[in-house]
Amino acid sequence: MIEVENLTKRYGRTTAVDGVSFRVQKGEILGFLGPNGAGKTTTMRILTCYLPPTEGTARVAGYDVFQSPLEVKRRVGYIPETPPLYPDMDVDGFLDFCAKIKGVPGASRKARINEAVEKTRIGDVRGKLIGRLSKGYRQRVGLAQAILANPDVLILDEPTAGLDPKQIIETRELIKGLGGDHTIVLSTHILPEVSMTCGRVVIINKGKVVAEDTPENLTRRLRGAGTLRVDVRGEAEPAAEAVRSVPGVIAVRARPESADTAALEVETEAGRDVRAEIARAVVSRGLDLLALQPVGMSLEEIFLHLTTTDAAHGEAAPAARTEEVSA
Amino acid sequence: MTALRNVWAIVEKEWRHYFGSPIAYVALMVWTLLFGIFFYFAFSLFLRQSMMAAQQMEFGGGPKMSLNEWLIRPVLHNMAVVALFIAPMLTMRLFAEEKRQGTIELLATAPLPDLQIVLGKFLAAVGLYGLMIVAGLANLALVWHYASTPPEWKPVLTGALALLLFGACFIALGVFVSTLTRNQIVAGILSFCLFLGIWTLGWADDPSAGPVMRAVAYLGVTTHMEDMVKGVVDLKDVVFYLSFIAFGLFLAHQSVQSQRWRA
Repeated sequence: MIEVENLTKRYGRTTAVDGVSFRVQKGEILGFLGPNGAGKTTTMRILTCYLPPTEGTARVAGYDVFQSPLEVKRRVGYIPETPPLYPDMDVDGFLDFCAKIKGVPGASRKARINEAVEKTRIGDVRGKLIGRLSKGYRQRVGLAQAILANPDVLILDEPTAGLDPKQIIETRELIKGLGGDHTIVLSTHILPEVSMTCGRVVIINKGKVVAEDTPENLTRRLRGAGTLRVDVRGEAEPAAEAVRSVPGVIAVRARPESADTAALEVETEAGRDVRAEIARAVVSRGLDLLALQPVGMSLEEIFLHLTTTDAAHGEAAPAARTEEVSA
Repeated sequence: MTALRNVWAIVEKEWRHYFGSPIAYVALMVWTLLFGIFFYFAFSLFLRQSMMAAQQMEFGGGPKMSLNEWLIRPVLHNMAVVALFIAPMLTMRLFAEEKRQGTIELLATAPLPDLQIVLGKFLAAVGLYGLMIVAGLANLALVWHYASTPPEWKPVLTGALALLLFGACFIALGVFVSTLTRNQIVAGILSFCLFLGIWTLGWADDPSAGPVMRAVAYLGVTTHMEDMVKGVVDLKDVVFYLSFIAFGLFLAHQSVQSQRWRA
């Protein structure tokens, strides 16, 4: 449904998006993840024909955003980061205007508006001025506007930004419900959101794609590079010392667990299983090994691994190693 | 058909903004008030003059004074000056406010060409301005009601048309200026200065002037009003106004499009 190839956008000398490529299948929900300023919004603006790309191509439903923007716009519903609303219009008037400029035919306009209002649950504020609505309602009016013309593709730039926890959950449910019928690209820097709503994640940093996979696969793929939890009986420091001497170990964080036990968090190189060596090292120093288990990385950790470089973490992630990334 | 519907949707939306805020009411009030005041002054001057003329008549001289020439024409000329002040009020927020609010993103990602957005906004402002002219002309109804020999209505209509075309020129340019900034006050002040500059071009109109000055004067929007206010619609004046409007809208359209490239 969406094909992005080698997309590049430069603003003067700065490169906001740098050779980004990805595809989104019909009905899929793609999470677009990255720190602020990574190029998420710029990519979305190109997909919605708001900005032209400097290089590369983007196609939505087979139409190129540059060659046939009207065809693309007809098939895309979009909410920018701050929903574009007219504060001096009431909700119904606003949606009516949006339906008109989106080319919803007059006969079905009322029905479409009612459906969008129902889906986004803004029925109780229909007659109110948008300027008087709370942030949560405004966000939902923005969403109603986006789904109004029943577009094939929805592009949502941080749809849950600024909402309270209850509203966030409601919005996520709504987005999940829209998947299947609609192809959705949503950007966020809230990680649980991605694992909860998206079938696939593209992680972008400094304008480049640094990883692309399902949330589960990303976690699995990076587990090898992830963390081992080692519980030992004895002093924390000598234990840490012992583990550190094992080749393949990148970093060790030790903390006393109780009077005579300590817990170590051991980071190891990717694709290298050093559990046996660690066990031997611990035992040979006369310490008791109580437990040794791999800890799956949360998306949060993966995200940090991929998008930050830190003396200890920099080499950890396989994808990060090939890209020059820094904090 | 869809083009018309899109343009109309924009017009409707802009009218909602005009009448949902004080802008339309302030503009209408100021316009009709000034129309009334100028009308009153012109009318009392006319009365004094015609009284004097009547006295002279006793001594056998003095032509009959025309209401068109002495009353309606000066009022329309004065209202052209008022239009100079009011046009920026109507146009300054058209694009600047959309940019400030971020709603330009809504319009730019909706399936309608930029030209239709520009046209819709232009027509909305011209529509409100037209309404102001009609409201002002209501003053003249008094003349028809009370005058023993009513004035000719044709020059009044062509005069109103001149006023409309003349204001539409400013509005077209004002739409363009509004695309340049996200601050509507800046847009308003810039438009006003620009309009004033164009206005002063007309001052170069002097039969004894050289060809360069004549050409400059030709660009002054006021010089093309004269004949129309007298009741003569010359094709070259209409063409001048229409091309001036087209030029303003062309600039606005180019500006809207180019901003995507520069953004």
